[in-house]
Amino acid sequence: MLAKRIIPCLDVRDGRVVKGVNFQNLTDAGDPVENAKFYDEQGADELVFLDVTASHEKRKIILDVVARTADDVFMPLTVGGGIRTLDDIRDLLNAGCDKVSINTTAVRDPYFIRQASERFGSQCIVVAVDAKRVVEGMRFEPGEPWLGDPYLSEVRLGIPSNGDTVWALSTHGGRKMRRLDAVKWAKKMQDLGAGEILLTSMDRDGTKDGYDIKLTRKISETVTIPVVASGGVGTLEHLREGLVEGKADAALAASIFHYREYSVHEAKEYLKSKGVPVRL
Amino acid sequence: MLFKKAHQGRCFCAGFRYYRDMIAIIDYGMGNLRSVEKGFLKVGVDVRVTNRPEDVDNADGVVLPGVGAFKDCMQELANLDLVDAVADVIRKGKPYLGICLGLQVLFSESEEFGKCRGLDIFRGKVVRFEKSGLKIPQMGWNQLNIKNNNPLFNGIPDKSYFYFVHSFYVAPEDNSIIATTTDYGVEFTSSVRKDNIFAVQFHPEKSQALGLRLLKNFGDIVAAK
Repeated sequence: MLAKRIIPCLDVRDGRVVKGVNFQNLTDAGDPVENAKFYDEQGADELVFLDVTASHEKRKIILDVVARTADDVFMPLTVGGGIRTLDDIRDLLNAGCDKVSINTTAVRDPYFIRQASERFGSQCIVVAVDAKRVVEGMRFEPGEPWLGDPYLSEVRLGIPSNGDTVWALSTHGGRKMRRLDAVKWAKKMQDLGAGEILLTSMDRDGTKDGYDIKLTRKISETVTIPVVASGGVGTLEHLREGLVEGKADAALAASIFHYREYSVHEAKEYLKSKGVPVRL
Repeated sequence: MLFKKAHQGRCFCAGFRYYRDMIAIIDYGMGNLRSVEKGFLKVGVDVRVTNRPEDVDNADGVVLPGVGAFKDCMQELANLDLVDAVADVIRKGKPYLGICLGLQVLFSESEEFGKCRGLDIFRGKVVRFEKSGLKIPQMGWNQLNIKNNNPLFNGIPDKSYFYFVHSFYVAPEDNSIIATTTDYGVEFTSSVRKDNIFAVQFHPEKSQALGLRLLKNFGDIVAAK
């Protein structure tokens, strides 16, 4: 039986893991390779590096990080952040990563996902869907220029008259809201060739209140590609909720693992005790 | 269309003949082979990444990895004159390890993007997961039901988890070649073995310690020949 995946996420800036203060028994707490090995030993199912490097000039550093990690740790590795061109993807894959996660570039040009999946295969193209519940007074960026394209126009955000919750897509780490329906967007990304959705609730990200279960379930039931739930994990029960009630295929978390509140192994023991299929 | 390779143009100055039991990893542009290469090196097995038919001929064992589309894979093997070289390796009884596409191309044909002929070493087809409600691709860790004694799985317990990423699987006509099965909506063939032909649907190079063990086992098989 396919196991539900537990995926620690590491934020990397200028080649160093940020957030890292509590790894006392690592020789170098900021070294991504040391961190990756640490999670490898705990039985993490995959790793995600989120490159939060601000300056474009320093972006090449992540390639070295990926190469050094992939030479030492034999597990699936995803890199997200700042991917703009097919060459960026090629360089990352050649460095040894298995999947790339794309957000802003897909919003700028949805057909980029088709090009990328045709060239490199759907299995390595992850679309990061950052979603936020639409509330009154929400400020949006101007509509996307490509919304005139009939094939794409259906992802336009509409406000249902019956008061149902809708989620808008956000970019730039939650700073910019788009007039796009996150659920329809996820489906469109699948149709254009994405092999996986990395779904983050921007309402929950950083809150430790748990995943947005309604959103996670909605998207998991809408697409037929795997969905990774992200944003808001504070307890092990939150992981279970995302995987069972939210129907996600994988659960991503950063802080609870990073600050060593729980190990990946403890998380899996808990899930197993609740009847969730995990690899132990 | 195709993923251009990491190793293109790389110079391998050390001659093949200086190594005993050299294993050739065939690089035909279908995905990054870095992890396969590094995985073998990690467990002390000499490997060389190559796309030259003569290197494949001279190797003691051959690894055919690859992710992507079946048709592109056959096309690229043909473009590089590697179809005969790979078939020769198998005919001569040299150990062969196929990974993912390297398993699928051993079969007669695939239904991916219309019918496409494979190497036809084994009778059977490559078919798509069809059951409704199933996430496709299968992406993640799944278990092996190990059918019988097989040196590739030395030290690897039954029901061990390996990492899979695929939408298609092989359906052999001859059940005797099935080495392991795995459950994903259906019980599908996750690896095959016949004599010195070993091929797996999952990715040992991404399957942590047990994956490395499998690569080491293949190195031992080549060394024992």
